[in-house]
Amino acid sequence: MSVGIIGYGAFIPRRRIKLEEIAKVWGADAASYQRGLQLHEKSVPGKDEDTITMSVEAGRRALDRAGGLDPARIGAVYVGSESHPYAVKPSGTVVAEALGITPQVHIADLEFACKAGTEGMFLAQSLVKAGEVEYALGIGADTSQGAPGDALEYSAAAGAAAFLFGSDTERILAEVVATYSWTTDTPDFWRRAYMHYPRHGSRFTGEPAYFRHIMSSAQGILDQTGLKPQDFAHAIFHQPNGKFPIRVGKRLGFTTAQLETGWLSPWLGNTYSGASPMGLTAVLDIARPGDLVLITSFGSGAGSDSFVFRVTDRITQVQDLAPITRVQLDNEKIYVDYGTYAKLRGKIRMGE
Amino acid sequence: MREVAIIGVGMVECGELWEKSLRTIWAEAAVAALEDAGVDAVDHITVGCMSPGLFVGQEHLASLLADELGMAGVAATRVESACASGGLALRAGIAEVASGLSDVVLVSGVEKMTDVDGADATYALGSAADQEWEGFHGITFPGLYAMMARSHMAHHGTTSRQLAAVAAKNHANGLLNPHAQFHIKVSIDDVLASTMVADPLHLLDCSPITDGAAAVVLMPLAKAKDLAGRRTVVKITGSGMATDTIALANREDLARLRGVELAAERAYKMAGKGPGDIHVAEVHDCFTIAEIMATEALGFFAPGDGGPAAEGGRTSLGGKMPVNTSGGLKAKGHPVGATGVAQVVEIATQLRGKAGQRQVNGATVGLTQNMGGSGGSSIVHILEVE
Repeated sequence: MSVGIIGYGAFIPRRRIKLEEIAKVWGADAASYQRGLQLHEKSVPGKDEDTITMSVEAGRRALDRAGGLDPARIGAVYVGSESHPYAVKPSGTVVAEALGITPQVHIADLEFACKAGTEGMFLAQSLVKAGEVEYALGIGADTSQGAPGDALEYSAAAGAAAFLFGSDTERILAEVVATYSWTTDTPDFWRRAYMHYPRHGSRFTGEPAYFRHIMSSAQGILDQTGLKPQDFAHAIFHQPNGKFPIRVGKRLGFTTAQLETGWLSPWLGNTYSGASPMGLTAVLDIARPGDLVLITSFGSGAGSDSFVFRVTDRITQVQDLAPITRVQLDNEKIYVDYGTYAKLRGKIRMGE
Repeated sequence: MREVAIIGVGMVECGELWEKSLRTIWAEAAVAALEDAGVDAVDHITVGCMSPGLFVGQEHLASLLADELGMAGVAATRVESACASGGLALRAGIAEVASGLSDVVLVSGVEKMTDVDGADATYALGSAADQEWEGFHGITFPGLYAMMARSHMAHHGTTSRQLAAVAAKNHANGLLNPHAQFHIKVSIDDVLASTMVADPLHLLDCSPITDGAAAVVLMPLAKAKDLAGRRTVVKITGSGMATDTIALANREDLARLRGVELAAERAYKMAGKGPGDIHVAEVHDCFTIAEIMATEALGFFAPGDGGPAAEGGRTSLGGKMPVNTSGGLKAKGHPVGATGVAQVVEIATQLRGKAGQRQVNGATVGLTQNMGGSGGSSIVHILEVE
């Protein structure tokens, strides 16, 4: 039995802030950030946009591409995020209710820094494969936090991607060929309870964390499947900034042409749990039947999930059934200044 | 006083050594020095380390490290004089051997700086400034050295290009040193195009945060000659130390390093040498301006001539007065407590003729200059081939 994606969708808020606008406030050298991190602007969630609302939007779009599937047949919903609106009370119940999936459904919120989204995708496809549920929805969404003035503030962005998995061949648009995960205890980034913003190990988040885990996970799935970089039409690696995914891709032997379709971060920022999943939605938007696609996420703490998908003939019938990721990224943007951004992100705190 | 010789040297490759702890990198350097010396027992261990308390939460360091080496029982001392802690460890070791208190001394320096984030490292380093008069008001070392650079520019017409020439030269040397943290080519224009940190100092005018350790083994010269066989014996003929005001506000002249001048005077006098006798020198280039000011304070160049000398290639390999052949603090790295000892490792390696591609041909007399803070403590040593 083959299992695969039967619907997918992405959501990007319309608001943006330019890197220069943030750098200006903190007296930082914008040109050096642009050069060093290859970042130009990032998405900003509005007052009425959070992990739950973005998950609903992305989930609805996944359903729109699933060929009139009755939502009630979905047996599991996982929402991966590190910015769930509530510390206690699930995001997934609101999402599932809004999408018409409740009440006969397994639901859980997941957290694993930037890889909670792909972890949800893994669980969803696993339950379908095991025959426990008929369909399952995995979502990665974040309104990620960066402390004012911290390096993370230049990248922490908002967005969501949703993937509906099933096993009925006529609906599958991208078959799961293989999965692989590589995880260690590597404390490169964290946020404890009651902290507003995460802390990170600066350069430690690079080589021993991001690069080591992605390299190991991607190489692991290549070894497992016997595939080589040149076999793939597209590859997506977690994109915390513009520079890292290209560097890690090149190190693994991929070319710019294979990497650029899913490379959203220079103009989107880092959408954390949504980052590599949204790279996948951008790839599926233009993928052709038969394409092999590699996606490798990274979550601090630290681990990397890899998937190999094979795109089916059905893809061309669903691509236009919901908003295209790149169109959302490039069009109808609303630029905000730092003051507005600070207000929207809850960075202005009154005396308590 | 007995004459003192260096019989063994060792150090670890400098860098962001996330997989290793302070004790591990220290022990690697210590074992390398003991193996190079061909000795397996010492009477005393000196450890230069600036701030293990703030960087890794560990004090009581000398005993810990003696135990790590399997030598619990031996006498061991940690010394601290900010970034001059390594130079001070050497001077303490010389005093042990010269006085007859000890015969064989393991002199070492170590700093593990990357276990904390940049802000905590900046705070730890900042504790080497005068906290009440400088640190508490918000200034950190790039700002202090920027003021010194501005003063030097105003007095002598030193230019940003001349500062950048120091970084370019030291990175060129670092390319030839396998122990260096950075193996990258940096041009003058790269330095000038890098982010401004504290005007006029760009990012590439500043030395990095580094994990590293270095060690040398000292013994009386007579004993070293017996043990050395056909190996070159390097002796320490001059040791000078001086203090200066820690707070820049108390200095008469911001464009001079008075502490370095005094330490050099004392070391030259003890060795019976002058600046013109030195063939190769390692100086404390925590910022590019520091190398220019140090080369003037050591008498290599007249006040105000340090900048033109660097830009003109006089301090490059092949120049008249090669400075920082190791790559200096800029390219080799600046593990603060280890720096003073690492400088001695480089000069001893040069005098042994074992510096490979960065060898200064025929070098028989070398000098190290190590300083703490913005020059509040300064230590100069002169080494010669026996």
